[in-house]
Amino acid sequence: MSSYMGKILRINLKQKSFQVENLDLEKAKKFIGGRGLGTKLFMDEVDPKVDALSPENKLFIVTGPLTGTSVPTGGRYMVVTKSPLSGTIASSNSGGHWGAELKAAGYDVIIIEDKADMPVYITIEDGKVEIKDASNLWGKRVTEATDIIKAEMPDKSRILTIGPAGEQLSKMAAIMNDYDRAAGRSGVGAVMGSKNLKAIAVKGSSKTAVFSEEKLKEANSVCMKKIREHGVTGAGLPTYGTAVLVNIINENGVFPTNNFQTAHFEAADSISGETMTNEYLLRKNPCYRCPIACGRWVKIEDMGLEVGGPEYETLWAFGSDCGVSDIVSIFKANYWCNEYGLDTISVGATIAAAMELYQRGHIKAEELGGTPLEFGSNEAIIEWTQKIGKAEGLGAKMAEGSYRLCEMYGVPELSMSVKKLELPAYDPRGIQGHGLQYATSNRGGCHVRGYMISPEILGVPEKLDRFTLEGKAQWVKIFQDLTAVIDSLGLCLFTSFAMGAEDYVQVYNAACGTEHTVESLLEAGERIYALERMFNLQAGIDPAQDTLPRRLLEDPIPEGPSKGSVHRLSELLPEYYTLRGWGANGIPEQDRLSKLGL
Amino acid sequence: MKVTVKLFATFRDGRQKILEMDLPDKATTQNVIDALGIANSEVAILLINGRDGTLDRPLIENDTVSLFPPVGGG
Repeated sequence: MSSYMGKILRINLKQKSFQVENLDLEKAKKFIGGRGLGTKLFMDEVDPKVDALSPENKLFIVTGPLTGTSVPTGGRYMVVTKSPLSGTIASSNSGGHWGAELKAAGYDVIIIEDKADMPVYITIEDGKVEIKDASNLWGKRVTEATDIIKAEMPDKSRILTIGPAGEQLSKMAAIMNDYDRAAGRSGVGAVMGSKNLKAIAVKGSSKTAVFSEEKLKEANSVCMKKIREHGVTGAGLPTYGTAVLVNIINENGVFPTNNFQTAHFEAADSISGETMTNEYLLRKNPCYRCPIACGRWVKIEDMGLEVGGPEYETLWAFGSDCGVSDIVSIFKANYWCNEYGLDTISVGATIAAAMELYQRGHIKAEELGGTPLEFGSNEAIIEWTQKIGKAEGLGAKMAEGSYRLCEMYGVPELSMSVKKLELPAYDPRGIQGHGLQYATSNRGGCHVRGYMISPEILGVPEKLDRFTLEGKAQWVKIFQDLTAVIDSLGLCLFTSFAMGAEDYVQVYNAACGTEHTVESLLEAGERIYALERMFNLQAGIDPAQDTLPRRLLEDPIPEGPSKGSVHRLSELLPEYYTLRGWGANGIPEQDRLSKLGL
Repeated sequence: MKVTVKLFATFRDGRQKILEMDLPDKATTQNVIDALGIANSEVAILLINGRDGTLDRPLIENDTVSLFPPVGGG
């Protein structure tokens, strides 16, 4: 008895057929589930050299063993595939309720193969799986498409869909679910669009079994208490959402502004969590079984809308990164990203890059189609997001992401990205450990897979000096390994503010009958991390790409509390490679791979 | 001496966002939070001029103290 359903739903879109297979539980446990299992399944079935937008690429939609259980935040799922944006592995995580519903329908994993001849969508009601004509859905934005499908499904069905951006193969396209939740990064929406797949609707009726109801109840109770009592998960996030970070990051002088040209934004408070909560918040919007409820629901008065509100990353990407200080304009940009199905981080950062290209005279006024592109323009972030979503005019070039956009104008160094994935909302010049995470994340410029902001800025679990190097490589490795575990279990990363490795051991063992210790569970995380690295190497990603944009290595932050710092990556990377058992060339060595069972 | 104090998140409840405080020379951050009725245990992030600060640090003219309760994000 365990909370793995033990079933894979494999769908071939060309043949319009499906089959249900048994999940190899030994394999599942070795790689846990979610991110780890998805990576392993991909490596078993697809050559990492595959063209990401070709029919030969596959989409692995993978829940974790704890998805759909009673464990707090147990609702997450992972989309694992090859990224058309970065060429690395894509493992894009989403919350909401869809993942839990897939488990209730009886499946751990969906594998989508090949490409449909015409647009289709999939409906799943337990064992009843149908592949249907999507000609009346193709071209529709996320809310409308979701509503149409919902109307024909049983009550309380959950809908996953792409918007027009995915259909148009934008490299920043997201896969959306439950209206405003996103598997956002790495262009996974374009992979789905390249397969002519519009949506997957799910309704399930099973309860997830567990190994020991009694032990799980006890372990859950410990976790709930910790979550409720911790300041971050029990007070800060519920009250302000992730937006609370705006003022924190700005006060530290590491709030990237105007495409990382500087790192302190005078008007930060006007786009902060405090402002959103006090003036615009309608209610919290929690995911499945989540007591933290960081999600926001806000009012956009002049559009007559009540919609999902922006996360911290979004407030940054469309706010200070573009020099914009009007929070309502950011609500609108966020709304358009949700409607077209786009990653808010990459889109905001790409518009910021375009603003710098325009500022420096690379992009000319004639190319703008009458839409402004200056830093600070509210209209720019609202209009260009839509033009990207529709692939219209210069928006079609922007839809390729900031790296390819800047490369078109001969200045790729103006793209603030790593491995072509746009960097998120923290300036690494003032946060040494976090910069190492950016450079070494397996999917490119990602903050969340080794969130060093936690110790270096927030002081959780303990306070580190953000300017120093000592011990940082070890911290980054541990955070990356633990994050791989959480991403594979199907839980939300925010639990890690309150819960420790031992807590994850307890809930996993109770739910699945595994016999993990902290050591063995973190080793599984390290195994997953190494496997992702192997994927990237086989895909042709050169370890020389474990770097940061030149601006962040050479140009000191010009003003504010972190004035004068650069990122000292070359002093951190060698120690990091050694800790991971990788050679000086960044390639995992055989003895470490063997030790990890790879 | 004049010191600027910036308050964030729930510290703003019942208080202003930004305060100019007139403090005796050699006053510390401890003196600031005592004057505001904030308990030591409530302070999660304390910055002085945007850098990590401590409660026992003596302040100088025109320092800016930023105070946050426990908060987080992603």
